[in-house]
Amino acid sequence: MAIEKMSLAKALNESLRKALETDPKVLIMGEDVGKLGGVFRITDGLQKDFGEERVIDTPLAESGIVGTAIGLALRGYRPVVEIQFDGFVFPAYDQIVTQLAKMHARALGKIKMPVVIRIPYAGGIGAVEHHSESPEALFAHVPGLKVVSPSNASDAYWMLQQAILSNDPVIFFEPKRRYWDKGEVDVEAIPEALHASRVAREGSDITLAAYGPMVKVCLEAAAAAAEEGKSVEVVDLRSMSPVDFDGIQASVEKTRRLVVVHEAPVFLGVGSEIAARITERCFYHLEAPVLRVGGFHAPYPPARLEDEYLPGLDRVLDAVDRSLAY
Amino acid sequence: MTVESTAARKPRRSSGTKRAAGAASARKTAAATAQTQDAVPQLVQLLTPEGDRVDASNSAELAEFAPFVADITTEDLRGLYRDMVLTRRFDGEATALQRQGELGLWASLLGQEAAQIGSARALNDEDYVFPTYREHGVAWCRGVDPTNLLGMFRGVNHGGWDPTINNFHLYTIVIGSQTLHATGYAMGVAKDGADSAVIAYFGDGASSQGDVAEAFTFSAVYNSPVVFFCQNNQWAISEPTERQMRVPLYQRAQGFGFPGVRVDGNDVLACLAVTRWALDRARRGEGPTLVEAFTYRMGAHTTSDDPTKYRRDEETAAWEAKDPILRLRTHLLASGGADEAFFAELEVESEALGKRVREAVRAMPDPDTMAIFENVYADGHALVDEERAQFAAYLASFEGGE
Repeated sequence: MAIEKMSLAKALNESLRKALETDPKVLIMGEDVGKLGGVFRITDGLQKDFGEERVIDTPLAESGIVGTAIGLALRGYRPVVEIQFDGFVFPAYDQIVTQLAKMHARALGKIKMPVVIRIPYAGGIGAVEHHSESPEALFAHVPGLKVVSPSNASDAYWMLQQAILSNDPVIFFEPKRRYWDKGEVDVEAIPEALHASRVAREGSDITLAAYGPMVKVCLEAAAAAAEEGKSVEVVDLRSMSPVDFDGIQASVEKTRRLVVVHEAPVFLGVGSEIAARITERCFYHLEAPVLRVGGFHAPYPPARLEDEYLPGLDRVLDAVDRSLAY
Repeated sequence: MTVESTAARKPRRSSGTKRAAGAASARKTAAATAQTQDAVPQLVQLLTPEGDRVDASNSAELAEFAPFVADITTEDLRGLYRDMVLTRRFDGEATALQRQGELGLWASLLGQEAAQIGSARALNDEDYVFPTYREHGVAWCRGVDPTNLLGMFRGVNHGGWDPTINNFHLYTIVIGSQTLHATGYAMGVAKDGADSAVIAYFGDGASSQGDVAEAFTFSAVYNSPVVFFCQNNQWAISEPTERQMRVPLYQRAQGFGFPGVRVDGNDVLACLAVTRWALDRARRGEGPTLVEAFTYRMGAHTTSDDPTKYRRDEETAAWEAKDPILRLRTHLLASGGADEAFFAELEVESEALGKRVREAVRAMPDPDTMAIFENVYADGHALVDEERAQFAAYLASFEGGE
């Protein structure tokens, strides 16, 4: 059987293995990705099987990692870069924003940049500072980049395959607190398009839109709401650039209410853009303003406070109630 | 600037091995060594400002590099001279075009012709070049049409050439970033088992960037076939090298584990020799090299600044005496390597180039409005498609709109 049950982390590992087997130009680069297999073991065993020339332990310099990945891409390679933690990506931000994102355009299409940057992101694992952040909006804001985040094992496997096949740079955000969640992966399936949203649970009263780690929270909220007789639809966005506005619109035209949920700060977050666009597209369908649930305009707090900081079941249900009260 | 022999370098190396004598004394030795290095930095020179060939047989250091230009014929020298003259002519024309409003900006290479022509003529076709925004002479040697360099300065594109045709990457404006691209490319060359090499150009100002330090680290760690060619033109816009470094730049390489050489950047022959030497090392699997071409930016940083506000006339005058083109002309005349007819013919060619560049720039059309949306993504993007359609509809909504 092609269908296997595996953790999200294992699905990523299998996906990388498949890519390395399929295309000799695929390289893996990052800090501790070799013998250790990465701090989350996503690259576990890959260096052993594919060698140090293809699974490359790099110096501890993020700008250097992404900058050399750009050079390798210019040489015809397809580097898959691991940034160890969300909060460590910023030394590479200049190379990503100034160089990687613009290269195709400034070369008038003569150069392609098939570089994937994998970033374990978001909170919920009791980590120290700089290990729990959700900077996806800072990348989604940049023309030239594509930004995605899987919420489950199957998407992890397939979206990473598709990201590696993409001729554009893809920032691949991995929900680190879901690494150990298991799900079914059909490695022979025909996957959905990389940037298409997916209805994770059907409902008719209100739509919850989320991605990455918050999809599970939204599904739990939908189950809890169902006990109170409310029918909640959950849309897994999967992609933050481009956003599948058509998919959200279709759901909202049915339910007439929308709450967008993410861990990242609400202000100028992905939810803000969705609220604006859906308001434009669905003005006469909406029964309530689009609401956003997310992080606060404050640094990610120490771990003992993160349960209060992160949008949990109750904060999502509170927003559902507020929307339904209009 | 005097030519130093390797004898001056040897005590440095041996003093570094005396660390067993104790940390305190090792520190003292290091400090003393640094001072010595500051006092008399080496400088590889094969053609003096007066146009005389330097006798390499008396210098162990020069003997290392001189063989790399032993095959240079008089005809080759005339070729190098021609490259420098035509590059300067093109550069001057571009500056004039900026003054006439045809270009928005121009970054002149005036004074740096020898560093660029010498290093670029050391390259093979398969080698790959990562320039800054001032490498017009390098572009010339790579066969990039000069008029193609002007598009970005006129504002019709961000780089008007296909980098893959001439192995000449697009100009990089954020300084130092390209040294990492060069290193990555060189890592790929090594993986492919190819015997080509990579050269990254940057300046004294860029040497302060973290990306340059990271490029040094990565290339050293992976032993990548890359030459870091720094044109130290003494000025980073208005900031002198004292604001970028406390030891001669080429000495930094030692700390990263690869050789650094300072070459007279106004000596085309020495630049050719040292770059050939460094590329040869790269091709033989000996890893990166830092070449510091000691030169001078005779003009402004770009057409937007006024160097008289921050540097002295005497300094500029002193460097004028070391002009890269003048010294080769003197040499060619004195040695009988070229006659007046050669120079006259070159003048005609030079004028023709100027005319061609002028006409090409003036005829350069503005891009189509919808080019804004082109090539943002290789595989397309729904938002770009949507915005393109909306903007097209908006434009069409005007009376007479298309």
